Amino acid sequence: MSAATATATTTPLPTLTPKDLASDQEVRWCPGCGDYSILAQMKKALATLGIAREKMVFISGIGCSSRFPYYMNTYGFHTIHGRAPTLATGLKVANPELSIWVITGDGDGLSIGGNHLIHAIRRNVDLKILLFNNEIYGLTKGQYSPTSRVGTRTKSSPQGSIDNPLRPLSLAIGAEATFVARTIDVDINHLTETLRRASAHKGTAFIEVYQNCKIFNDGVFEYATDKGVKADNLLFLEHGKPLIFGKDRNKGVRLHGLDPEVVSLGSGITVDDLLIHDEKAEEPSLAYLLSRMVHPRFPECVGVFRAVQRPTYEDLLNKQIEDIRRNRGAGKLEDLFASDDVWVVE
Amino acid sequence: MTASTTLERKPVRHDLEELDSVTIRFAGDSGDGMQLAGTQFTNASAILGNDISTLPDFPAEIRAPAGTLAGVSGFQVHFSKYDIHTPGDNLNSLVAMNPAALKTNLKDLESGGILIVNSDAFTTADLHKAGYKSNPLEDGTLKGYRIFRVPINKLNREAVAEVKLSPREADRCKNFFALGLVYWMYERPMEPTLRWIREKFAKNPAVLEANTRTLKAGYNYGETTETMPVHYKVAKAQIKPGRYRKITGNEALAMALVAATEVANIPLVYASYPITPASDVLHHLSDLKRFGVRTMQAEDEIAASGMAIGAAFGGAMGVTATSGPGICLKSEAIGLAVMTELPCLIINVQRGGPSTGLPTKTEQADLLQAMYGRNGECPLAIVAPCSPSDCFTMTFEAIRLAIAYMTPVILLSDGYLANGAEPWLIPNPAGLPKISVRHPISLTGNGTADSNGEDSKAENGKGENGTGENGKIATGFYPYKRDERLVREWAIPGTPGLEHRIGGLEKEDVTGNVSYDPANHEHMIHTRAQKIANIAKDIPPLEIKGAADAELLVVGWGGTYGAITTAVDRAQRKGFKVASAHLRYLNPMPQNTGEVLKRFKKILVPELNAGQLRLLLRGMFLVDAVGLNKVQGRPFLVSEIETKIAEMLG
Repeated sequence: MSAATATATTTPLPTLTPKDLASDQEVRWCPGCGDYSILAQMKKALATLGIAREKMVFISGIGCSSRFPYYMNTYGFHTIHGRAPTLATGLKVANPELSIWVITGDGDGLSIGGNHLIHAIRRNVDLKILLFNNEIYGLTKGQYSPTSRVGTRTKSSPQGSIDNPLRPLSLAIGAEATFVARTIDVDINHLTETLRRASAHKGTAFIEVYQNCKIFNDGVFEYATDKGVKADNLLFLEHGKPLIFGKDRNKGVRLHGLDPEVVSLGSGITVDDLLIHDEKAEEPSLAYLLSRMVHPRFPECVGVFRAVQRPTYEDLLNKQIEDIRRNRGAGKLEDLFASDDVWVVE
Repeated sequence: MTASTTLERKPVRHDLEELDSVTIRFAGDSGDGMQLAGTQFTNASAILGNDISTLPDFPAEIRAPAGTLAGVSGFQVHFSKYDIHTPGDNLNSLVAMNPAALKTNLKDLESGGILIVNSDAFTTADLHKAGYKSNPLEDGTLKGYRIFRVPINKLNREAVAEVKLSPREADRCKNFFALGLVYWMYERPMEPTLRWIREKFAKNPAVLEANTRTLKAGYNYGETTETMPVHYKVAKAQIKPGRYRKITGNEALAMALVAATEVANIPLVYASYPITPASDVLHHLSDLKRFGVRTMQAEDEIAASGMAIGAAFGGAMGVTATSGPGICLKSEAIGLAVMTELPCLIINVQRGGPSTGLPTKTEQADLLQAMYGRNGECPLAIVAPCSPSDCFTMTFEAIRLAIAYMTPVILLSDGYLANGAEPWLIPNPAGLPKISVRHPISLTGNGTADSNGEDSKAENGKGENGTGENGKIATGFYPYKRDERLVREWAIPGTPGLEHRIGGLEKEDVTGNVSYDPANHEHMIHTRAQKIANIAKDIPPLEIKGAADAELLVVGWGGTYGAITTAVDRAQRKGFKVASAHLRYLNPMPQNTGEVLKRFKKILVPELNAGQLRLLLRGMFLVDAVGLNKVQGRPFLVSEIETKIAEMLG
């Protein structure tokens, strides 16, 4: 519920400023790191949502991005490598009223923690999972990651990486995530809006943030952030709108067989020929197709790929408890203890 | 002889002999329903008033090829007019449903013991599958046993002939025929099993009818034929008055988790990945949702631990259980729970190792892993129940300690305790020990940087100044401020004003901010260790069973209690100067442990491992403890310990 619709009878919503959400700890990312912007936009977005600070929890794994919880004046848990979704799931089940954000990176979430990520998503636990994708291991000083492009030269891949990269959104959509989005660290308005939408989603929200690592992988997303070229390389998704992009808004994406195809508008091709974005499509096929569009062959999509409703894990779990209590009554210890043949010794 | 002629006969006279104790084993193919027959026999004996102890023994394969040695499943029951602690060393009776069962179990049958064989199963093909070159029923192999050849297949088919069942369904009833016969042989009441059949097969009247008929037919067969010259009676045991049920270790664990969290008035979140022999705890709890139990089947062992710890952060009791290699996978997460000082419980139902090892067999070889199997100096509390019913008591204790000391606790059960059963005096829920939980609701009483900040900093008594790593004075809640027992507070998300961050990085004392300060790190290492050591003041002392001036003390832990107690009892009765003591708290050990050990000239430590407790006792108390070590996936026989006692005192 937004502040505008609140009536006099509802509990007043907490009013927070971004500053209220800053902890007293000095932020220690490298100068110029994209994480600074994500932290700032997170504070900005959360301050406007009407969620009480004590209900917010940030849970992270290990890596540069995972220091995030220390910088938020909310509840926080800096856990172990790759396992943040499991702790977040346990916490959500213990207290479904909390607003829980999982902060992870491409190494933490897709390599060591890949298993937990897909299982949290498939269960549709009401978690907001923010994956900072910088296509590199930063905290361990610059090894190639599961999202590094083939050929990436690092200390551990001096002749270039030979591992085929994972596409985070394809993976999330494959696990049937109910909310999937992509945004960019330096596009602060888009980032803030994406965080807001994720927060409003009931169920697992998976957000990939393109994040620049100034030290070990600087400029890897330049095609998507450079003012001169980004309009030709990015496609901003809008529900119900045709897939149009380009500085002059004269290019689009249509379907050719089962594959996407970039076309120029005009000379016989009109907007009606283009794919229309449908974030509410029950089948994840379109979202998956969009997640496979990769620069330089295609513009890369940003925005909300998919936003559908499905019961959450914790609601289903609690419903089973409520149902059985309604049908059979709440359990009593004396009955539990006597739940087998009982005999009396005089 | 046919069943119809059997049933028409008048009862014949049989001699009735009184026995003190009997050990019987039901053995057959894993599809023959031997676990069920054994369980039913146990129930009937318990209801009759005998003391009981059981040992199921089943293969890791769900259905090994029928009739092979690998597929043999057994269930041993020891029932007695005396107080007993073990499922018995040697068998007085063996029921063998096929040649493979005979071959794998005959060695445990005492000389002159009763052997009931399903003679219909001794066909050439079955003999071949079991590796018999000639028929043991005919070649003199079984000389020296009292053998009863019973055509169980045929008698069972005749008993159920009038019920509409497929031949396969009819044959599946034969365990009840065998059970009925054994009920007659040991004068057990059929009614508890008949009632069980009525409830279990209420929706399948044909199977209900068939099992009822064949159970009675088996009983009548004993009564009306002259094949069985004698039957036996085992009188009621002298047992403390009260209401009893039979309980396995895993049932006890599950019930204690529900009971302790209900007493503590906090939610129980149980996360676990399927693994033998711990899975039954998940099964039991998943069926107890009406108690509000939140169970999660995790994607792996690591996730299960993470879920438990996350739940603990949220104010619930986070519990996970595993076995064998599963505990290795949990190590890192357990370290996190130690570092973040959150109350959670890790149950390890130990099985044979290393690696996948012996999934269905028992062992005690994870003690040192529980003590030390994590990176860094990483102490936590460890308890170990000593019998199936003690699994209830010690699980309750584990939860009490976890909450009182804000620590993960490892409970070391084992396959023997998990699946073994004994009578349990049902407690009155109102009489259960109290467990109090305190979640602070405001800054009052905690360190703050508000107006009373200076006072509260002085209160912590460890000379820390409450500054963050960047030298700023920390504000708000201090998650690592401790009470006089060194226990921190359990502040939970959702509480206004107590927002704080915890994690696996080293903490600054009091504030909990990240700190790389060398002196602080050492201080925190000592603090965490001392907090665990303080638990020793809060647990009962180690008791000596027997004379305090005995020459030899037998020290055990965990599931070997029954065998040790029985062996020491017997040795004492033979005049040996021996006493016993059993550790149910492994870390910390009771405060008087060293003093007790030093009172005795000789110390024997029987363990189902290569000497892990012995290593600890030698290292901690500088005593010359001797080991009796067995690592066969089987519990100790009483005689093995008795022999060792005699050898040491001979």
